[in-house]
Amino acid sequence: MPAIKSLEELKRVREEALAKKQLKATPGHIQVIVAMGTCGIAAGARDTMKSVLNFIETEHLSGVTVTQTGCMGMCEQEPIMQVVIGDQPKVVYGKVNAEVASQIMKQHVQNGSPVKDYVLPL
Amino acid sequence: MAFYRSHVLVCVDPECLAKGAHDVVDAMQDELVAQGLLDEIQVLETSRIGGCSDGPEMMVYPEGVHYVGMTADDIPYLVEEHFLKGRIVEKFREVTKVVVDEELGPLRPKEVRVVLRNCGEIDPMNIEDYLAVDGYQALGKVIGGMTPEQVIDEVTKSGLRGRGGAGFPAGRKWGLTRQVEDSPKYMVCNADEGDPGAFMNRRVLEGDPHSVIEGMIIGAYATGASFGYIYCRAEYPLAVETLNLALTQAREFGFLGKNILGTDFNFDLEVRVGAGAFVCGEETALMASIMGMRGEPRPRPPFPSVQGVWGKPTNNNNVETYANVPQIILNGADWYASMGTERSKGTKTFAVGGNVAKPGLIEVPMGITLREIIFDVAGGIKDGRQFKAVQTGGPMGGCLTEKHLDLPLDYEALSQAGSMMGSGGLVVMDENSCMVDIARFFMDFTQAESCGKCVPCRIGTRRILELLQKMCDGKGQPGDIEKLEELCHEVAKNSLCGLGQGAPNPVLSTLAHFRHEYEAHVYEKRCPAKVCRPLIRYEIEESCTGCMVCARNCPVEAISGERRQQHVIDQNICIRCGICMQVCNFNSVAVES
Repeated sequence: MPAIKSLEELKRVREEALAKKQLKATPGHIQVIVAMGTCGIAAGARDTMKSVLNFIETEHLSGVTVTQTGCMGMCEQEPIMQVVIGDQPKVVYGKVNAEVASQIMKQHVQNGSPVKDYVLPL
Repeated sequence: MAFYRSHVLVCVDPECLAKGAHDVVDAMQDELVAQGLLDEIQVLETSRIGGCSDGPEMMVYPEGVHYVGMTADDIPYLVEEHFLKGRIVEKFREVTKVVVDEELGPLRPKEVRVVLRNCGEIDPMNIEDYLAVDGYQALGKVIGGMTPEQVIDEVTKSGLRGRGGAGFPAGRKWGLTRQVEDSPKYMVCNADEGDPGAFMNRRVLEGDPHSVIEGMIIGAYATGASFGYIYCRAEYPLAVETLNLALTQAREFGFLGKNILGTDFNFDLEVRVGAGAFVCGEETALMASIMGMRGEPRPRPPFPSVQGVWGKPTNNNNVETYANVPQIILNGADWYASMGTERSKGTKTFAVGGNVAKPGLIEVPMGITLREIIFDVAGGIKDGRQFKAVQTGGPMGGCLTEKHLDLPLDYEALSQAGSMMGSGGLVVMDENSCMVDIARFFMDFTQAESCGKCVPCRIGTRRILELLQKMCDGKGQPGDIEKLEELCHEVAKNSLCGLGQGAPNPVLSTLAHFRHEYEAHVYEKRCPAKVCRPLIRYEIEESCTGCMVCARNCPVEAISGERRQQHVIDQNICIRCGICMQVCNFNSVAVES
């Protein structure tokens, strides 16, 4: 990426970034987002992340993007994981250890039904 | 003790009460009498069970069924179905709701997110995520068509004040740095968040680093600074890593470095890592530390805006102050000033901890009351206990009590009540907290963190701590309380920097509101909250069944007694660890003081 040298370019870069973001929210595309702040990592988010990646690998899933985000501010619920399927509303899960993560991947990401026990009632 | 086969817990939180929780309780009692179940089923009033949003709520044990939206008219059917026939009534059951909030993510009630709007929403390691949520658009607006004076005006008009806790108007500070004719000028971001239990800034640095960087670049444009430092504490390795990555990406995109966005404005940033000294959150000590000198404060004036880093004009703000700036520029000063009170505008982040049901990081508009923060946003006191005090503003803040709960959140209001805004730590205490012990805890912290440069703080805090320790040990003597008070005033008056000036606050505020607890410690050798170990005894009461569990678990073998006979604790051996109380299944161990 060459440096942005004008306001027009800044506008264009923003449009591109937005387009990329919207691409992720198209039907058929799945996003899995793990909160990886210090608190999340301390609560075991790395294992959660590993478990998600392993699941994708062993099941040969396609169309799933795994990203990370910062602290969600609900420390007692960490590790927190969000699942967004296409343009449906986001589902936020709390206390997701490696085991729960693979359960969510199987039940929600593969078969489309949220794992109710871990959904955060916000 | 009567044995009930089922317990019904009905929430009597203000919110559920407003929806008629008492009618539900009354209807329940009437119906139990009518059905002859009064001896089998116990109805208890309790604090919050769930969100209260569709109250009145109740919880039925042993099944653990959560019913919501109950009315008095539902009760006869419920009692017949659930308690007579033993069938759970599905139609009253709570349904787990899937969250629908695409813009802001999980908001707690009454929260307003400005600083935290992207935390937990975007990938902090990827600048494109930030660009997609209007990142660096404020910078474009500033560089593309605002003079530095206009930027300062805008920030001044917004009413943004220093979020590090002192509350100095940010726009005015920028103006002061701009005025000084000397170059180069520097920007400094204070990310040395050291208050125990406060990590609002960490969340911003780790979750949305670019908002801080963008705020700093805008500030540099306004003040005429050409270089800047983010002073981040070493205890936040992930924040340091995230910041460095964000800086690299911002340079790549041309937001930092030479000729930003094609203009002749140059500015760059560097992360400096602190070494674990709390005093380095004080601006003059922080700047000394940036220059590689000993982190000790110096007298002001000259203020940093005249003589800061490398002896040059320096503008220093806290993480949260900078993170507010891009939003103010994008949405306008009037939007920002529309939130909050007359003198404190916008929002404030808090780390709510202590004995609350839902601890965590929140962002609320200024002017909200402490009561709303504690009972609505943080879910009230844990386990339905009584609220006793709340400590605001970190270790230099004060304790506020029940009578202050309706204070609007505002820099001046908190100061007048004998506490302070601080950087945003809120520690909530219930009836089981001893205020002398709390004061001792905070004093222990500040005494350890005193840098030792000035005598009042170095020696004063040590003496204050010794007096408090004496009281907690049950060795307080008549006159100690007066001596403590006098010492506190002297230390506050004569110390060089904010650390020493603020250190006595927790002691003075607890003395003001809980003097009787100090007196109980000193004159009666008793700790009313039953916390201070040397002042309490564990006693086994008559309800003891002689099951031997306590005796087996006592680490010092202080408990003796025959099986099926009441046991006895030998007070000379007992170390007051409280394990017997934890393991007793019959609540037969009591604490006496």
